[in-house]
Amino acid sequence: MTFKYIPGIPLVHPVVDRCNRGFWESINNHVLSIQRCQTCGLRLHPPRPMCPRCLATNMGWEPSPGRGVVHTWVNFVYDRAGYPGIKCPYAVATVELDEGVRILSNIVEMDPADVYIGMPVEAVFTDVNKELTLVHFKKRDK
Amino acid sequence: MDFLKDKAAIVGMGIYKFSKDSDLTETDMACRSIRSALDDAGLTPDGIDGIIVYAEEDYDDIDITRAMGIGNMTYYGDVRWDGGASCSMVLRAAMAVASGSANYIVVVKSVNDASLKRVKKDWGELRSWPAAQETFYNPYGLTSDDGRIGMNVRRYIHEHNINSDSFGWVTQVLRENGAKNPNSMFYEKPVSHKDYLESKIKVEPFRELDYSCPVDGSIAFIVATAEKAKRLKRRPAYIMAGAQSMVKGTQFKTSYYKSSITDLHATEIVAKTLFEKSGVTHKDIDMLQIEDEFAPLVPMQLESLGFCERGKGVDFIEGGDRISVSGELPVNTSGGSIGEGNLHGMNHIAEAVNQLRETSTSQVKDVEKILVATGVFGPTSGLILRR
Amino acid sequence: MSVEYNKENPMPVPTRYFDYEGYWKGIDENKLTLQKCGDCGAWCHQPQPMCPDCHSIERKWEEVSGKGTVYSWVTYHESQEPSFKAPYSVVLVELEEGMRLISNLVDVKPDEIEIGMKVEVVFDKIMDEITLPKFKKV
Repeated sequence: MTFKYIPGIPLVHPVVDRCNRGFWESINNHVLSIQRCQTCGLRLHPPRPMCPRCLATNMGWEPSPGRGVVHTWVNFVYDRAGYPGIKCPYAVATVELDEGVRILSNIVEMDPADVYIGMPVEAVFTDVNKELTLVHFKKRDK
Repeated sequence: MDFLKDKAAIVGMGIYKFSKDSDLTETDMACRSIRSALDDAGLTPDGIDGIIVYAEEDYDDIDITRAMGIGNMTYYGDVRWDGGASCSMVLRAAMAVASGSANYIVVVKSVNDASLKRVKKDWGELRSWPAAQETFYNPYGLTSDDGRIGMNVRRYIHEHNINSDSFGWVTQVLRENGAKNPNSMFYEKPVSHKDYLESKIKVEPFRELDYSCPVDGSIAFIVATAEKAKRLKRRPAYIMAGAQSMVKGTQFKTSYYKSSITDLHATEIVAKTLFEKSGVTHKDIDMLQIEDEFAPLVPMQLESLGFCERGKGVDFIEGGDRISVSGELPVNTSGGSIGEGNLHGMNHIAEAVNQLRETSTSQVKDVEKILVATGVFGPTSGLILRR
Repeated sequence: MSVEYNKENPMPVPTRYFDYEGYWKGIDENKLTLQKCGDCGAWCHQPQPMCPDCHSIERKWEEVSGKGTVYSWVTYHESQEPSFKAPYSVVLVELEEGMRLISNLVDVKPDEIEIGMKVEVVFDKIMDEITLPKFKKV
């Protein structure tokens, strides 16, 4: 009952652009990086071109320990509801990282039915195929 | 009196510089040009409560609102159809501020047309062609704008027995204007009529120097009511009138089944509406900023806008004097899409604002009223702006 | 000379959209059949769901003579579509019945094309599944 891809069904690959490249390059090295405004220090995710607080465009990257809690989640139970490349049931969650930003991903290595709001999680990295690595989250002890 | 006349104005303007490769996303350039427009107007994002974007770029109104941390949008939306969209977007913003739907509206268009760095890379994919065009045009190799519009231009040449060499005067004048404009792709690079004649034929009847220049770049405007405009730091460009037209038999950039495929019927109606609503006449117009995706569109529009008789557009541009900066009716003084770069008419509006502020690189003295018209052979739109 | 294709590149394939069914059925039998209003009799090309003149939805399909003249044309000296070899020409043909069609000419060199040139329809099977109506000089 844990998270699994179905072999042979291609996944939709992320569109990597100038604005989010830092995130994806870092993920390829199994490091979660979060965008941070170099002028006012605001942390942001998903990446964007301009700081919404001070309108600066000098955005940088800061490695994250990848620890946080489940902010909310859904469970794709039925085959026809989910993405065909992922075996149902699977959980999609927004995780609130300790740094204060939220990130959307899957919860892996557990039965999705047991996920709960406030569950402590940590980042793990999944090499889906040669071109694609994704950050996922798994339950951690407090 | 027309409801909208002089009720709204362009109060801020920001340009993200034109290039062959911005190395920025369209969203990023859009944000930067809006930030410049806010600085120009002396406003902050908190003051913005409306946004109009172009419908088919990589970003939408939500992305910009979120990226710039704008908190209170009360009017938003998008507009389609290339050059035909640009004046439409300003018109919509003017209507929205005049009706009280919002106070300060951002109008923005950002394109990576030169580098094609965007999610929707391919022109065909970008412009979701209706099934009719896929079925009845593409299989015959009519797959690009030069071919689509060339079909109308060929017929224009035939019906009025035109020597197509004359179109080169448009290119010479527009490149002369662009050569003085540091934002131009052709800054300090004028070409002559002779260069035009020697340029190679790409899609007949067009020579290489008939073409506009695709760019990466972005332009943003801020539109507010005339009342509010008076309290801001820049000289407002008042919107006397705005108009759109889509006529019977319209198809995007083709419209091959209308009784005439050379008369720019929609442009005629835009002109008629603009003059009626603004109450001004042809002789009040000090200059034109008009569609120039291809050079022959300039004489064709001179006719359809009513500045010369049908079939006499080419006589009007002959030698280039009458449409040059020192001529009786200057055209596209920033260089337009041919001489500056093709930002789908947004750069034409920007140049009109510059002329009214007396900040153009090809400044004409005592400019008071400017007619802007963009888009042809399909949905078309226009504005009359004044000091 | 006709249009030459680079067959190794994918062709822009026409859509057999169900609003155009009568057009394609005609082509299957090497006939040029276009849409005509079942009420007011006005021809309409390209096919569409409603008569733009009388707003009737009674559509019928009728074979046309296939004879007409060149109304306008362009020649691609540089190909913008990898499956087409330059130079090639695209024509807008005005049929005797008054409708216009975008097409290609067969056995005509680009420098022989003239506005007003008399042409008639031929059917060009460009690949197994697809036949296109094209025109030859009369």
